[in-house]
Amino acid sequence: MLPVYAALIAGAVLFSFPLLWLVLTALKPIEQTMVFPPQFVPKAYYAEVEGRKVEVVLGPKVEEPSSWGEVIAGPQAGSRVLVSPDAKADPNFRWIKDVPAGWRVVTERGEKLSAPGSGAADVVPPEAIESRVKLRWGNFPTALAMMGGRSLEELEGTAPSVNSGEDARAGFPLFLANTVIVCVLGVLGAVFANAIIAYGFARLRWPGRDALFAVTIATMMIPAAVLMVPLYGVFKSLGWIGTLLPLWAPAWFGSAFNIFLLRQFFRTLPEDISEAARIDGCSEWRIFWNIILPLSTPALAVVALFHFLFAWNDFMGPLMYLTNKRSFTLALALQEYQSQHTGVQWQYLMAASAVTILPIIVLFFFAQKTFIRGIATTGGKG
Amino acid sequence: MKPRSLQQAFTGFGFIGLWIIGLGVFTVYPVLASLYYSFCDYSILQKPVWIGWENYHNLVRDDLFWKSLWNTLFFAAFSVPLGLVVSLALALLLNCEVRGRAIFRTLFFLPSIVPIVASSMLWLWIFNGEHGILNYALTPVFQLWGGMPPAWLGDPAWAKPALILMSLWGVGNSMIIYLAGLQGVPKELYESATIDGAGAWSRFWNITLPMISPVIYFNLVMGIIGALQVFTQAFIMAGGPAGNPSRSTLFYSLYLFSTAFYDLRMGYASAMAWILFLIIALLTWLATRAAGRNIHYSN
Repeated sequence: MLPVYAALIAGAVLFSFPLLWLVLTALKPIEQTMVFPPQFVPKAYYAEVEGRKVEVVLGPKVEEPSSWGEVIAGPQAGSRVLVSPDAKADPNFRWIKDVPAGWRVVTERGEKLSAPGSGAADVVPPEAIESRVKLRWGNFPTALAMMGGRSLEELEGTAPSVNSGEDARAGFPLFLANTVIVCVLGVLGAVFANAIIAYGFARLRWPGRDALFAVTIATMMIPAAVLMVPLYGVFKSLGWIGTLLPLWAPAWFGSAFNIFLLRQFFRTLPEDISEAARIDGCSEWRIFWNIILPLSTPALAVVALFHFLFAWNDFMGPLMYLTNKRSFTLALALQEYQSQHTGVQWQYLMAASAVTILPIIVLFFFAQKTFIRGIATTGGKG
Repeated sequence: MKPRSLQQAFTGFGFIGLWIIGLGVFTVYPVLASLYYSFCDYSILQKPVWIGWENYHNLVRDDLFWKSLWNTLFFAAFSVPLGLVVSLALALLLNCEVRGRAIFRTLFFLPSIVPIVASSMLWLWIFNGEHGILNYALTPVFQLWGGMPPAWLGDPAWAKPALILMSLWGVGNSMIIYLAGLQGVPKELYESATIDGAGAWSRFWNITLPMISPVIYFNLVMGIIGALQVFTQAFIMAGGPAGNPSRSTLFYSLYLFSTAFYDLRMGYASAMAWILFLIIALLTWLATRAAGRNIHYSN
């Protein structure tokens, strides 16, 4: 059994590390995301500088004891530099003070710590630096505000707002609301429409039923790419481009996969209960609504869950149909944010990603059994 | 028609009504229109103009078409088999009677439901050439041969392998399907095989694999269909539909999408879509044939 456990644990580390890394990065200040070797735990550093103990940011490492001084001649005149102690003899250099090997530090707000007016960060020996775990939860509100299109400078109050007019009202709360609308209306449609349709296929007899069902199954083989261009045309002629409608309204007209899934479930319910209700004079709609639906909650939950997951995660749909930032869903807003801040501020990008992932993780823990059963019995949605 | 069956027909169509509209508007009309557009010059701004086989004719001579097809087949050729093996391995491990099974299952499964936009951001960070954690871990390995780890998404030779690696993180779905299949294999089969002196490998080869062959086939077909339509992660990680760097991640769906919605060559894009349909159908047929008699259906 030992090799099995070893393999399971190795697998678990590999599979869970990326998400852990996402959370750890989201909770770090920027400079701790860019150190090499990487720093795993977000930390705060404290140093005693000139008699006060302050939180500091570690700058570059100074390997040898050195001297701070000011260049007094040449094109660099006036700048403060860190040089080896031998440079004291250099006539172009005015010595200020000796510093030990250690880390250059500035305060968390970026204030320089050395003697006033020296204009250079101080150097603190490693033994004088204390560290404690500190999680920067403040990255989250900043990241969400930036997702809404605000710049970091604007958030710090050092630059005026660049957004004006319509876009100024687009922000994380609106993106979240749009996503929830698409998910909730889509889930309601998917559950009710597919249940009604599947009932018609599973428990009623009418001419052409089996032929239409065969056509329904056949349409599952058509790749989305084939439908993409004409669907865009359909939504355009309906005037839906730029609205959320293309993302949820089609769910109210059924989908082949869900019809198939619910039909299979409805067929497992005994025909006798329907017959008994018919003899009592129940209408077909009442049999469906009052008898069959309550018995089918496990299957309906699978449909609801998969549709929610699809709608929350969908990217191509919003990319095609949402033209105005005020109608963006979270997935599209996250991509838009990333595309405008490439390669920097990973902690904010990870924080914004974590916020997009969190509801799905929470949903998983509440509906774990439905997830596993749904995938196991249907093979998932592919 | 008799009154009773007429009434039954009315009731039936009453329930099915929504679907008749849905099927017509969102599937049947688009399929027919797409087929028609594929023989037209069409920009959505103007009415389509019939041009016969010209789109298909031009596609054959379009270097980007072949490039995107090659990229997509390359991606599928590695991500599908590797995904099948990794998810089967995980399912086999989980199928052992171990403690904490539910926890391991959760850890392996969770990545597959992470929104693909968010997981793309995460992997952009992991693959980052300068500060990425992956290259930190790999530096000692590459130094054994005196080299440096690649820039992954910044390197045309390594961008596709990076996306393949990332795809393995999301195999949780097929793992669950395998696990369900494995749990359906009757225990007695293993017991009698053990009595007959079959070792672990022989039991795996002669009992497990044949018994779960329908599930392997299902995961294979789903894997092919999914891999040939790879889009979102490539769009995000390459910063748009261009397939950067050097078109190394220009996948078929990306090229199709940018042809349709950036260049507004909707007719050409429709022709591409139908060729994709044919490729998917062909590969599915090949997979079905190859599986053929090797699939064992117990009932």
